[in-house]
Amino acid sequence: MEYLIIIISAVFVNNVVLSQFLGICPFLGVSKKVSTAFGMSLALVLVMGLATLVTYLIQNYVLINTWFGEKMDITFMQTIVFILVIAALVQMVEIILKKINPTLYQALGIFLPLITTNCAVLGASILVVTKEFSAKGVESHMMNLGESVVYSMSLAIGFGIAIILFAGMREQLELSNVPKALKGTPIALITAGLLALAFMGFQGIV
Amino acid sequence: MSKFKYLIDGIVKNNPTFVLVLGMCPTLATTTSAVNGMGMGLATMAVLLCSNMVISLLAPVIPNKVRIPCYIVVIAAFVTVVQLVMQAYTPGLYETLGIFIPLIVVNCIVLGRAEAFANKHSVLESALDGLGIGIGFTLALTCIGLVREVLGNLSAFENKFSSSDGMLVFVLAPGAFLVLGYLMVLFNKLKDRKKKA
Repeated sequence: MEYLIIIISAVFVNNVVLSQFLGICPFLGVSKKVSTAFGMSLALVLVMGLATLVTYLIQNYVLINTWFGEKMDITFMQTIVFILVIAALVQMVEIILKKINPTLYQALGIFLPLITTNCAVLGASILVVTKEFSAKGVESHMMNLGESVVYSMSLAIGFGIAIILFAGMREQLELSNVPKALKGTPIALITAGLLALAFMGFQGIV
Repeated sequence: MSKFKYLIDGIVKNNPTFVLVLGMCPTLATTTSAVNGMGMGLATMAVLLCSNMVISLLAPVIPNKVRIPCYIVVIAAFVTVVQLVMQAYTPGLYETLGIFIPLIVVNCIVLGRAEAFANKHSVLESALDGLGIGIGFTLALTCIGLVREVLGNLSAFENKFSSSDGMLVFVLAPGAFLVLGYLMVLFNKLKDRKKKA
């Protein structure tokens, strides 16, 4: 039950793009076609799950631990450590995927390097270790490992839903007659604004 | 004088928000009020200035193949510095901006300038470029924040000028997209008119 609340909260209520503003660059950049949007979100689910798994362990067993007989809290190193780990992880996923599953690599390959600079990945891994999870009917608490991974994968799924909807709308927009000053990014932003307005309707369900 | 051009270019011709459309996440997320937008802009400017200078100094010694990870480490170090300074001196702003301070690391503007400018230019030029882009970013963020604050909260720089409620939606998430979209339309229109005249 608790996991269900976490999933709904992450996918719809706290949608990563439309209410938390993480990962806007790929949201605007790779949303011209539904098929590329789909590939990007699949790759993101994979990377965000893995990244949170690794950074959660690093946070709780490396940054906060007893070193040289002294209890240490070096969480101020969080930003540097996490970004390096994520960059290395993405490289590794790319290499492994190329070896064991070339078809999947063909499909996801081009999106993987882009993901390193996707702030949703770093954002989610910092969020789960610093913020408490709170929702209706659940006592607010720091998430454990399982919950963290589920939470950030659900965030990625939320990103997927938002970007696929958005790509569909943009494909339609291509065919319609848009005033000159609105062409390109402005109309995309306004469309995203309307989509965000729609997603606000989910507020308060958990 | 010619060096001065780098500074002006960053503010107008290469404006990171309205022309290059880079660094959208903090632009949308932190502009709930003019003060928040300005705080975010200044924090980014500090990181950009320092990282541009250090990277332009280090560029000759960094091997070409591993340059991106090296840049990221430099940027992350300065972000940590800014984060600790803000935590100490402006705790209120630090709370409000929250996650978006560490996320300056993955702001495409900072890495973009390192890659496109700092590694090919001298320290002084890189510093001026960092300052210019930083000012351009800060101005854009303050501008968006001001519009959202005026429409959504009927206040400017936290001075309320009317006691009634504003249109709350402009402070919430959808308002960010809408305001930025329409401001871009305004910019395109003005640019067009200038070209015709």
